[in-house]
Amino acid sequence: MIKAELARKIYKSDTDWGQVQRQITLPWREAFRISYRNVIMRLGRAMITGAGIVLGIAFLTSVWTAKVAQEGIDRYEAQSARAIGEDEGAMAPGAEEAKAEEEARAARQTWLVVMSLMVSAVGITNSMLMSVTERFREIGTMKCLGALDEFIVRIFLIESIVLGFIGSLVGALAGHGIMLLVYIAKQSGVAAMMNWGEMLLYIVIALGIGMFLSLIAAVPPAMRAAQMPPAAALATEV
Amino acid sequence: MARIECPECGHVEETTGLVTICPNCKADLRTVMAEMGHRRERLREVAHDDSMTTHEYIVRTKDLHKIYKMGEVEVPALKGVDVNIRRGEYLSIMGPSGSGKSTLFNMVGGLDKPSRGTCFIEEVDMAQLDAFELAWLRCRKIGYIFQTFNLIPVMTALENVTLPMIFAGMSSDEMMERGALLLDLVGLGERLHHKPYELSGGQQQRVAVARSLANNPAIILADEPTGNLDLQTGKEIIDLLKELNEESGVTIISATHDLKMIDVSDRVIHIRDGQVERIENRADIDLEVGTLGQ
Repeated sequence: MIKAELARKIYKSDTDWGQVQRQITLPWREAFRISYRNVIMRLGRAMITGAGIVLGIAFLTSVWTAKVAQEGIDRYEAQSARAIGEDEGAMAPGAEEAKAEEEARAARQTWLVVMSLMVSAVGITNSMLMSVTERFREIGTMKCLGALDEFIVRIFLIESIVLGFIGSLVGALAGHGIMLLVYIAKQSGVAAMMNWGEMLLYIVIALGIGMFLSLIAAVPPAMRAAQMPPAAALATEV
Repeated sequence: MARIECPECGHVEETTGLVTICPNCKADLRTVMAEMGHRRERLREVAHDDSMTTHEYIVRTKDLHKIYKMGEVEVPALKGVDVNIRRGEYLSIMGPSGSGKSTLFNMVGGLDKPSRGTCFIEEVDMAQLDAFELAWLRCRKIGYIFQTFNLIPVMTALENVTLPMIFAGMSSDEMMERGALLLDLVGLGERLHHKPYELSGGQQQRVAVARSLANNPAIILADEPTGNLDLQTGKEIIDLLKELNEESGVTIISATHDLKMIDVSDRVIHIRDGQVERIENRADIDLEVGTLGQ
């Protein structure tokens, strides 16, 4: 009889405390399922958390798109200049200064990008803290059901990476698309001049940065959630 | 001995065997019998196997103290509680709010650490357990039921019930089967895939009862399980707990100030100002309720 067999398996008594079965697990697959469900069910909250990363990554990608597009245009202009036989060796007057100015502009831009990414990381930490506080009772309940601290951390971190991925993807596409439109308006043939391999690489890097940032930003809130004693977590009124 | 009530004439037949025809009106009783059999079989299937257990007391507390620090002020919540809880009993902890019954509940459940004294579960000192062993204890040995149900809001009834089984490392198929079985047992066999907000308070508490049984615990700890329910639903939950207690021998410890609970309790511990005021047995309580009624 299958039922009886199953019953025996489930109800085998664990009275031997000498060797307490070290069998408390949360498989990654289940953790991922729970996290994913949380993101989907709390989409409003998730979108606010995600908005920070969307904006940060959109800015980063737009800067990179501008860079790749400008390089494409420059290369194209240099080629056409060669084609009509202009002397390459002779520098136009003021080229030296233009180059220095260009470098200063690039440094300013890097600074802006770094700042904006830091701001979005702080934003994510803040919304994750809110989301954790909202769920103290749920965390306490999970601990009562046998969850270890690391399960809670795992669930929150996966949630944050999922959010980071979705947010970065949306941000990267938006930033790239908008900047590309701006350049197309400026010079309609720009798409053909761009190095698309380089552009793709930049987008992938932007996705990586976005996911990494949201992971780092979620660590403090996740630790805070996990370390609450269950009694205190359950007693929280939100 | 089973009590069978005839749906046709209301005749009640007490029997130990099988009755298929009402001796009074000759109505067919097979459906009624089948339903009862179904329920009993379910109960047996989830019943706790305590054939190997030896300790008389499943929970013992020794000189349990808990002091909460509110800024500079120290507030004592428990002032030396010694209770021995027998295996398989239905115990109620009663007391006015602020008396320390929830604190005691948290200590016994391993949800908080005592300031002084210890709590033993099956003669294992909880103070000696590390985080992993405590989690194991909460997962396998104790089932929790709360006043506010505390179901995970984003999960369906079935997922809520199977969550402790995931932690216990049960396989997916086993989990689904057992989860459905437990929900069927508490009368929610039709609502496996409903989310908590789609269920009434009483139904949510039933899911919580099913969840508390997930890993076949030795103890069910219920903190005011009827506190958020109306009279009738509260009564149903109490009956369900009593039935589980009688059929499967699980020890039920319930903090409450619901007087309906007294009726079904084997013993009642009264707590006042962080100390045990008195312990009453079932017999004494019956008498007291009788006098009150007159």
